[in-house]
Amino acid sequence: MRKFYLVSFAICIVAAGILISGCAPHGSKNANYITVWHWMTDREAAFMELAKRYEAKTGVRVNFELYAPSDAYSQKVRAATQGNTLPDVFGILGEKRDFGAFIRAGHILDLSPYMLANNSEWKNQFFSKALAVNEFAPGNNYSTPPGIYGVPIDVMTIQMLYNKDLLKQLGFNKPPKDFAEFLEIGKKIKEAKMQGLVSGWGEVWMIDCFANGYAFNIMGKEKVLNTIKGKVAYTDPDWVKVLSLFKDMQDSGILATGLVTMINKNAEQLFANSRAVFAFNGSWCVNVYKGMNPNLNYGAMLPPKVSEKFPMSIWGGAGSSFMVNAKSGKKEEAVKFLQWLTGKEQQQYLAEATNNLPSNKNTLNKLPEVLAQFAGAIESSTHPNVWGVSEFPAVIEAFDKGIQSIIIGEKTPEQVAQHVQSVKERELAKKR
Amino acid sequence: MRIKDTLENYAFVAPAVVIFSIFYLIPFLYVFQLGMFEWDGILPTKTFIGLSNFIEIFTQDKIWWNAMLNAGYITLIALTFQNAVAFLLALACDREIKMKNFYRLIFFIPPVLSEVVVGLVWQWILDGNYGMFNTWLRGIGLPGLAHNWLSDPNTALTAVAIVHCWKGFGWGFLIFLAGLQTIPRELYEAARVDGANAGQSFKNVTIPLMIPVAVLVGILTILGSMQAFVLIIAMTGGGPAYHTEVPVLRILASMRASSRFGYACAQGITFGVILVAISFIQYRFSKKERA
Repeated sequence: MRKFYLVSFAICIVAAGILISGCAPHGSKNANYITVWHWMTDREAAFMELAKRYEAKTGVRVNFELYAPSDAYSQKVRAATQGNTLPDVFGILGEKRDFGAFIRAGHILDLSPYMLANNSEWKNQFFSKALAVNEFAPGNNYSTPPGIYGVPIDVMTIQMLYNKDLLKQLGFNKPPKDFAEFLEIGKKIKEAKMQGLVSGWGEVWMIDCFANGYAFNIMGKEKVLNTIKGKVAYTDPDWVKVLSLFKDMQDSGILATGLVTMINKNAEQLFANSRAVFAFNGSWCVNVYKGMNPNLNYGAMLPPKVSEKFPMSIWGGAGSSFMVNAKSGKKEEAVKFLQWLTGKEQQQYLAEATNNLPSNKNTLNKLPEVLAQFAGAIESSTHPNVWGVSEFPAVIEAFDKGIQSIIIGEKTPEQVAQHVQSVKERELAKKR
Repeated sequence: MRIKDTLENYAFVAPAVVIFSIFYLIPFLYVFQLGMFEWDGILPTKTFIGLSNFIEIFTQDKIWWNAMLNAGYITLIALTFQNAVAFLLALACDREIKMKNFYRLIFFIPPVLSEVVVGLVWQWILDGNYGMFNTWLRGIGLPGLAHNWLSDPNTALTAVAIVHCWKGFGWGFLIFLAGLQTIPRELYEAARVDGANAGQSFKNVTIPLMIPVAVLVGILTILGSMQAFVLIIAMTGGGPAYHTEVPVLRILASMRASSRFGYACAQGITFGVILVAISFIQYRFSKKERA
């Protein structure tokens, strides 16, 4: 019996030890060792190579830990905030509202002093739009102290892509110059029994991205932001017009069949294998298409305009950013590493190795043709994270799912607009 | 001496109680507690809102109840079609047939495959443009039936439910087979001596003795089917629109898209209570039937 008590006691001690050690802050106390968490599977090899170079140069070892897919990564980071086990450097996936919450909870270091040092030397090397995503202005709507809280390591834009060979087969030598011509091509695609536009519209955020660009084009930024603020209703004719574009596209035959449940990986396969004429995808696709079909003959363009009244906008800005853990004992080392990582030489290497657009604007001289087209669209880019106001998630979901309903012919644009507005009013009432 | 005996008894039970409490009871109570807060999962501060989250689920969240109905539909198909197939195959393999071990192995392959892989493979098979299923339909002279099975709101949920059945029937098969093998062969021999034919033996021997097994399979099917979501994420992502949304996807949406951890916890508790209630009702019902 004594043996039993001893064994039980030993088990309890070991279990308690494991539990307690699990609550310890992450990372070693060794200053020559930095831990970075990320989700970017396509950049893992390049990061490892850069880590080797940094260790050779400074003696500081950088341990990149990959956690994929991005959803799992996101949950891991959130869980780590509760256990105070965030690494020295990490990225945040999500909306500005969540970013602000991380800052208010004291998990992210304000990088403004480092960015602004030496006449803003570090800050000035980035595209302003890439930095804006990581910035909180004074008096922002997120009740977050103003500052720069993240370091963009690359930039991205989301654009329309067209297959040059397939367009030629249909009798077009150039991509469509406006939406009407785009729909005309749709009719030809339908006749030729080809697939038109493919995209990851099963992952609804890409629908939101596409629709927002047209909302900016049809009614301008001001009116879009006023809608988010609750001053303009979604039943406004301009919003109905935005929603009607999806019905027009479906009727013309420009949308590939099965688009509403298509995941982006499938869309990328279809476009890379020349089975679709158009794609709507982010600049990361250059690397993906290169891997799938190096001979793919394609170009990138802004989505064709509906109106001349306002410029066409696309989502863009910082692709991926890294933040420094404010509670880490190695903040200075982490900042130094990020300064090095965003230097011209390292950014050049990252761009070449991963075909992503560098965040350092001094590195844009040697880009492949399509990537240069993506880079050229940075000036037309916008992103919800820089608008200063955020739409309710329930409204975004109702809007995006509503567009799916329009495409499958279940609802009219007017019905969707009504429903979205009712969700908006419900959320506003809840907030009040 | 008596106190020592009592303490010893408690000492034997304590490890199980501690483990159960740490991994089940305390998390359940904590989730219930979180369900009464408005919390984004990041900030250390939480706002107590009482039962508001639960009230919102019951009075405003139509999508949640639509997702419950979808899960109910998948469960209904699994309870009938999946379990009928599993039982018939188990009956077939219980007889002295050639290569029965090979069949047992084959039938048990789908359940051990990764749900994500199964979902992606079936998505490819059912694809409207280049899917194998449509190619096969055209090949057998039924081109009119070929369409995009997963993007059509009329077929998406049924397609997902059938794939779910394909993935899950192996469990039912295995349990039914184990149940059939525990029926004493003497009972069949006695029935035959009494002049019973195969149908009568099945009705009067097999079915009554298989009821407890069927109840177990039924409860496991309900619990498994109502909680299905990995397959659905891989095949449709809950779309088109809300046509293949299920409760677990809604809980994930509340946590990830809306950052409403408190609401997600309330949804989880509501869902758990509903599942327990359904299982309990089914158990009571089958007990009554047996009596």
